[in-house]
Amino acid sequence: MKQFRHLFGIAGMSREQLEYLLNLGESFIDVSRRPIKKAPTLRGKTIINLFFENSTRTRTSFEIAGKRLSADVINISASTSATKKGESLLDTGQTLAAMQPHVLVIRHSIAGTCEFLAEYLDNTSIVNAGDGAHEHPTQILTDLLTLRLAGGYENKVITIVGDIAHSRVARSHLHAARLMGYRVRLVAPKTLLPAEVERYGCEISHDFDAAIPGSDVLYMLRVQTERLTDNCSFPSIREYHEAYGLNRRRLAAAGDDCLVMHPGPMNRGVEIATDVADSASACILEQVEHGVAIRMAVLTALCGEAGGEA
Amino acid sequence: MSLLIRGGHVIDPANGIDEVCDVLVENGRIAAIGDVSTADEVIDAAGCHVCPGLIDMHVHLREPGQEWKEDIESGSRAAVAGGVTTFCCMPNTEPRMDHAGIVLQVIERARQVGLCNVHPIAAVSRNLEGRELTEMRELARAGAVAFSDDGMPVWHAGVMRKALEYASSFGFLVIQHAEELELTSGGCINEGWVSTRLGVAGMPAEGEDAMIARDIMLTRRADARYHVAHISTAGAVELVRRARSEGLQVTAEAAPHHFAMTEEEVMHFNADAKMSPPLRTEEDRQAVIEGLRDGTIEVIATDHAPHHEDDKRCGLSCAAFGIVGLETMLPVSLELVSNNVLTMSGLIAKMTSNPARLLGLEGGTLSEGAVADICIFDAGKRWRLDRDRLFSRSKNTPWHGKEMTGQVTHTIKSGRVVFREGVIDG
Repeated sequence: MKQFRHLFGIAGMSREQLEYLLNLGESFIDVSRRPIKKAPTLRGKTIINLFFENSTRTRTSFEIAGKRLSADVINISASTSATKKGESLLDTGQTLAAMQPHVLVIRHSIAGTCEFLAEYLDNTSIVNAGDGAHEHPTQILTDLLTLRLAGGYENKVITIVGDIAHSRVARSHLHAARLMGYRVRLVAPKTLLPAEVERYGCEISHDFDAAIPGSDVLYMLRVQTERLTDNCSFPSIREYHEAYGLNRRRLAAAGDDCLVMHPGPMNRGVEIATDVADSASACILEQVEHGVAIRMAVLTALCGEAGGEA
Repeated sequence: MSLLIRGGHVIDPANGIDEVCDVLVENGRIAAIGDVSTADEVIDAAGCHVCPGLIDMHVHLREPGQEWKEDIESGSRAAVAGGVTTFCCMPNTEPRMDHAGIVLQVIERARQVGLCNVHPIAAVSRNLEGRELTEMRELARAGAVAFSDDGMPVWHAGVMRKALEYASSFGFLVIQHAEELELTSGGCINEGWVSTRLGVAGMPAEGEDAMIARDIMLTRRADARYHVAHISTAGAVELVRRARSEGLQVTAEAAPHHFAMTEEEVMHFNADAKMSPPLRTEEDRQAVIEGLRDGTIEVIATDHAPHHEDDKRCGLSCAAFGIVGLETMLPVSLELVSNNVLTMSGLIAKMTSNPARLLGLEGGTLSEGAVADICIFDAGKRWRLDRDRLFSRSKNTPWHGKEMTGQVTHTIKSGRVVFREGVIDG
């Protein structure tokens, strides 16, 4: 079975590796639905969740994933400001690695943090739980598992709407789309699109309504409202919602088969209207549930255990 | 005491010399070029090139203030190891070189070290803050050869206008680090495909172009002398080309990394390839090369910017801007000759006589009677760069582990061999 040393991002992975993790993840869904939510797979393994950015769902998801597989899980929330000046980031990483965990799960606002630390940490596997606007691989695996169980992702059109420029989720999807055979359509004003993004081979639109026909998934990104107005990316939340918010009318235009996804946490009334978030088209909570299963798969793969024994 | 450099291929662009011959040095000065029979000491330069000691008009010494990165002695050692006998140091020391005392101190320290001619470039504005002008006349009397806020642009248009007008009243050269901070703020590499892939904030080419366009307009009005430091974009090269064809006194320098590397170098978060302005696209690189070829860019200068590894080992977006360059300047630039962009003489001129003329410096030639600052190099020698063997105190180079072609064998300062086959004397 394919072994993984680290999980930095979707870029650099193969389709086989992704499918392996998806298969393993699917097999783990059941563990969380049992009355006794425990499997012995990672007994004796130590996992440290090192989060330099605030996170509730991703950190909890990793924690639950580790604990349901019987690993010893330690959570550390380090304030980014205290470690911003680099060397202490390295020191923190080296210090924790010296305690011999099997896996370090890291979230940091600096892109490339995992690759950077991995150069200096020898015996520890690193999982990227989100690094700046770079990558968020477990979120994409989560989304793919959700789509697989909802009928598949191949040849589907996933329309990602919102702040693409600052989105690690969008970037990881752009990499995964090529590998896994789906298409990504990006919808945003130019102020929220990064330079030369068309080189990913994706479709780009500034008109949400025009981009809806043919979309199989409307994937709404969280809008960080302070980012939106601080740097003139958008004049107001009101206008943002009007132009790029997913409302009932747009959902109806998308049709009954179109799914609504969101990596969370949602800003209701900003990028997504409440009635849409709570509609039958939304599979946002399924994403959360599958996130645990995927993270169980990732931790298992990194700890060198093959198969979905559970 | 006489020194004979025998049988080398002598390149002296200022005098149009490009032939195999001998160079005789007596009493620290060039005594003769041609056939010379013997001397007290003889260096066999057969198979090597012999040229004036190189001049690097863009170096950051970190003394005073950050001597753990580089001081005048370690910087001078790096220089002579790279064939450089004269360099200009930028004013972003701590305290800043914005008053005569610091300029005099740096010159005196360099004289004590005695390996290189060191010419300070003093600040345009007090404390490099871009608000009030420095006492340029006083600074020039102390030894400053030009003015720049390098590291920072002279950002405000009104201040830049006054700086150009005032400096040109006395014939002083203003050197601009062209960066419109409104466009580059928060950025760490070129804005483009690589910054998008990595998810880091970029610095768009327009940040450089916009400021140069503005400055050229101000230069025209002021009838000033304006020099673009480390030019890196296709747009900037075209702006300078047009200004020069118009007859304006606009000049530019290019750094070796900008004509040898592109943003692809940073694709794996390599902080040792992070500098400002950043590595750009292949199109920009080709434009810089074309600018060097057609004479738009007259000078090659390194922007040697030493940083301690603590300032680099912290992730790309937190890492300090800058790379060391003195010891790689010549081999990297020789690619321009092997790629038929420049003749050997054309290349050497950009590192000797051109910057000397621009800054009004003595040297940069092998004229009879000139101070004997000489660089001898083996243009075909292949070697692998090991950052731990750099003479610079800092090791932040993107060429670590890469094969270089061309190596300095001897550096001679005022007739004294200060660098010989990898060893520094002094």
